[in-house]
Amino acid sequence: MKTRSLPLQIGLIVVPVALALLLTALLILAVGADPLAVFQTVWEGATRDSRSFGQVVNFWMPLTLVGVGLIVTFTAGLWNIGVEGQMVMGAVFATWAALSLDLPQPLLVAVEILLALLGGGLWAALVGVLKTRLGVHEIFGGVALNALANVLLIYLISGPWQPPEGGSVRGTPPFPDAAIPTFLSDTFKVSLVAILIVLAAAVAVVLALRGTRWGLELKATGKNARSALLLGVPTRRAAMSAFIVCGALAGVAGLYRVLFTFVSASLRPGVSGGIGFLGVLVVLLVAVRPLGVPLVTFIFALVLGGSARLQIALGLDASLAGVLQGSLVLIVLLFNGLRGRLAAREEITEAAAHE
Amino acid sequence: MDIELQHIHKHFGPVHANNDISLSFRGGRIVGILGENGAGKSTLMKILSGFQPMDGGEIRINGARAAYTGPQAAIRHGIGMLQQDPLDVAAFTVLENFIYGQAGGLTLKRREGRARLEQICRRFGFSLEADTPIAQLSIGQRQQLEIVRLLSQGVKTLILDEPTTGISAEQKTILFNALRDLAARDGMCILLVSHKLEDVIALCDEVAVLRGGRLVGTRDMPATTGELVAMMFGQELPPQTRQPLNLEGAETVLALENLTLRGKRVIVENLSLRVRAGEIVGLAGLDGSGQEMLLRACVGLLKPVSGRVIVGGETLTGAPYRTFLARVVAFGAAGRLEEGLVAGLTLTEHIALVTETGALVDWSRARCHTQERLRQYNVRGRPESRVETLSGGNQQRLLMALMPACPLLMALEQPTRGLDVDSARWIWQQLLARRANGTAILFSSAELDELTAYSDRILVFYAGRIFEIPDASRASVDELGRLIGGHFDGAAGA
Amino acid sequence: MNEELIRTLNSIVASATPLVIASIGETITERAGVVNLSLDGSIILSAMVGFVAALASGSPLVGVLAAMFIGALIALIVAFGGITLRQDQVAVGFVLTLLAADLAQFLGQSYSRIPGPQVLNTSLPLLEQIPVIGPVFFRQSIFVYISYLLVFGAWYWLFRTRPGLAHRAVGERPETAFARGARVNLLRYLYTGLGGALVGLAGAAYSLSVKAGWSTPPSMAGDGWIALAIVIFGGWHPFRVVLGAYLFAGLRVLANIIQRTPDVSIPVVLLNGVPWALMIVTLLLVSGGTVERLVRVLPRPAQKWTRNFLRSDPPAALGTRFEPE
Repeated sequence: MKTRSLPLQIGLIVVPVALALLLTALLILAVGADPLAVFQTVWEGATRDSRSFGQVVNFWMPLTLVGVGLIVTFTAGLWNIGVEGQMVMGAVFATWAALSLDLPQPLLVAVEILLALLGGGLWAALVGVLKTRLGVHEIFGGVALNALANVLLIYLISGPWQPPEGGSVRGTPPFPDAAIPTFLSDTFKVSLVAILIVLAAAVAVVLALRGTRWGLELKATGKNARSALLLGVPTRRAAMSAFIVCGALAGVAGLYRVLFTFVSASLRPGVSGGIGFLGVLVVLLVAVRPLGVPLVTFIFALVLGGSARLQIALGLDASLAGVLQGSLVLIVLLFNGLRGRLAAREEITEAAAHE
Repeated sequence: MDIELQHIHKHFGPVHANNDISLSFRGGRIVGILGENGAGKSTLMKILSGFQPMDGGEIRINGARAAYTGPQAAIRHGIGMLQQDPLDVAAFTVLENFIYGQAGGLTLKRREGRARLEQICRRFGFSLEADTPIAQLSIGQRQQLEIVRLLSQGVKTLILDEPTTGISAEQKTILFNALRDLAARDGMCILLVSHKLEDVIALCDEVAVLRGGRLVGTRDMPATTGELVAMMFGQELPPQTRQPLNLEGAETVLALENLTLRGKRVIVENLSLRVRAGEIVGLAGLDGSGQEMLLRACVGLLKPVSGRVIVGGETLTGAPYRTFLARVVAFGAAGRLEEGLVAGLTLTEHIALVTETGALVDWSRARCHTQERLRQYNVRGRPESRVETLSGGNQQRLLMALMPACPLLMALEQPTRGLDVDSARWIWQQLLARRANGTAILFSSAELDELTAYSDRILVFYAGRIFEIPDASRASVDELGRLIGGHFDGAAGA
Repeated sequence: MNEELIRTLNSIVASATPLVIASIGETITERAGVVNLSLDGSIILSAMVGFVAALASGSPLVGVLAAMFIGALIALIVAFGGITLRQDQVAVGFVLTLLAADLAQFLGQSYSRIPGPQVLNTSLPLLEQIPVIGPVFFRQSIFVYISYLLVFGAWYWLFRTRPGLAHRAVGERPETAFARGARVNLLRYLYTGLGGALVGLAGAAYSLSVKAGWSTPPSMAGDGWIALAIVIFGGWHPFRVVLGAYLFAGLRVLANIIQRTPDVSIPVVLLNGVPWALMIVTLLLVSGGTVERLVRVLPRPAQKWTRNFLRSDPPAALGTRFEPE
């Protein structure tokens, strides 16, 4: 690989971002709104006060967990689209503990985390078994299991776990205080312990990918499972472990969403909130390089947190955030391709010049 | 039809694959294009048949300059090429393949096509059933189909790239008769690309020899093998000498008892085999006759339907591949980058996969191991390079470096496929050295001379049936060619 | 025959139609060797655009054309990214499916749940008179009749015409197609665009007929994934694909009937999971390993038949790139 000049490097980052912003601005104009007002609203929505920044952090953390988890599955060459359902199942398992166990706070939270790991991991293991033993591609197994997890979620909320006041699909009763980690303050609804746990998990996974035989085996399996097998790598076990690790992290991300997303902690429909799919976009954007994850997830979280105010302030749908993120990733993918073609052309002309 | 190639040049990156080649071919003649691997003969033929554009030079057909791009355009100029792996579509039937590419309206006109197919097949004694899926044909039959199709498209010059690799002696006879007939009766120009001198001697009227991208010369046949070799290599090669082997008292390292294997197309039934330490057993047969299944069954990659696999005295029937690996059994598949090396991983990462067995990987230690092994196995490449940047010979040497140094048993699929003569010799030096230390080797090959040169025993596979030649030193290439075509009856042997 | 039953069958055919059209479109694309994974989002966005265009112009035809344009456009982005720019087709398709769904929600927010034009059923003269078959198949909307033509047309094209041979060869072994004079990547663009246009047509069939109107969240969300699974279940063959689509629609209609039956105690929400469970089961059934396991326990005469019926081999070059030379 040749090193490229710095301006070109920067250009390859700035131009896609500018194009994505431009495209989004045009779409905003198309629905008759003012793009500048929209961008301003998003920025203010994300940074206005500690409450709104707390919201950004509370998008950032689960998205980072999911992103790191998906780095693991992508390294093993697997499309873990089922990550949304794994978040839901982590949340469901943990909610059971929160609603039915009578334990002191640190212990109950620890049990919730364990159950979230278990729920997400189990749901991912299902995708893994379908893939490695039964020949069902993980994309389809994942999509179906996402839907089934959501069906189960709605069933639990509207049936066994519905609040005593009667049937609704709004959510379970609020969790008891012992089930929720302590916030830093009433206006900055973020838990230090939660952040530390997320960061520790992320660092541990990245180090494991770099420096352990497990990481090497995942990489070999992802690049060429057949050759890896012949070189002595247990490829099925590698794929299963990648799914389970990713699912377990997604499960904790689901729990994080339950605890910190809503005004009061409770299990609600749409608990995954598209965070899982967004995680896939993040990993595509950073081309499976783990160090890019926290940065990109932070920017995406800013956009997500800020656009929550769009509906109230300007009457625009918050899906604008998805439009911006999706078009950015699409444009970056296309740009990568363009860069590849240019590099190939340069090599040809260079080879010709050597004659 | 007459063809003239004038000053043809072709580069691949830094390689000058065709360097100022001028040649002419006349109708009614069969011309052998000779040269070792990498001499540039395939490239030249691909240029003539439109598969690759040339960088310089021109092609004249019947005196007129012809400029065309693409194989279909070459066919319109009357030039068609039969590739070594025939370019057909496995999911199509024979008839669909025959029709595809021929001019005609919107509909297939199956009845017309069928009649035309049968007519041409009858002339040459080809046996092709119109409704058979291509996936069920042998290489020889697929070649016949391609020839029939090209003739039906009005080709007047037919190029064949290594057509006798992987076909039986019987199919070879049919093919050669057809080619002679086309040259003599239809005045066609036949170009035979081959590195098999016996084929060239049997068939050709003249030869053109390429070496290192240049034309060495042309001459009329007949010529002796020695003369041709001298033209190809610039000198005569010393014949391979066989090492005497004493297997007396050697232990049995592999025993197969009443093994039954089931593949997609072939079933091998009731096979029993004992291989002793230091023995080399060659497996001959057309592609997919069961020899690959046997190799894979010996290392646990194919579970037998019944019977027992015993390695080093231990029954391992049904055990996974990794258990076999742990008993120091090595397997090498034919496709190096498909089954063997991991494209995208560096050389160091490959070596680490076999040396760093603990939970943590020490990358500096792995790098040292890598440099050591690269030196030892003569691999030209840097530890941090990705394996797909290596040449075929270096990839094969790296694969050897990844195998255990003193395995009990090696099961190798076509260990020298696609390698040049030097690389192939190097691989065999390595294998013979290991055999001298007591390693038993099972290998399959499509090259009959490789089988007779290195095996102590040869097993010939035909449609799952097996014929054993207990003393390979007495087997001739001709006899082997008949056997892989299924003529077990009159043959001497066990 | 029971009138209730005929009505049920009629509604199965009607509700299966968008699935039929979308999965035939994807079959055409994948037969050329390209995976367009954007189906779910494509259908949603083209449904919205089709509805809005029909509403604004007052002409359902304009709506249909607009929807087909959107479907083709998205598919061509997949082709551009996958073929010309050599990116992973799955990645580009997946990003597009999310992006298109979000776009539909954002751009369509002011059109949610408002009345608009709708394509009504037109009975086919004579054909509707056939007992049972007539009332089930020929008292339907124009979309349904188009779907019949598409199924037969796709089959005839693929298996009975010369261009169809090239179409399949491009998806099976592009090197061969190239050698026989096909412009491989051009054909791949063409069939990807054509398949995408049909996916867009499926979207219009939803918003102008089957689930008339537009709402957030979109009522057809998820059907694109089911259509993708139906292509696999259908073994990339139009006749089997249509069977798969009717199977899924049939089960859904059945679930609806069960929901309306008063003395069944299955919680209503759980029935929503039925098509997804079916998706897993069908894919499991046609995967190579399962087929072989099944074949082994069957008596010999049934083996070959079962294998041929269930086996589902993808086009050999599906999702791969081809560079001439």
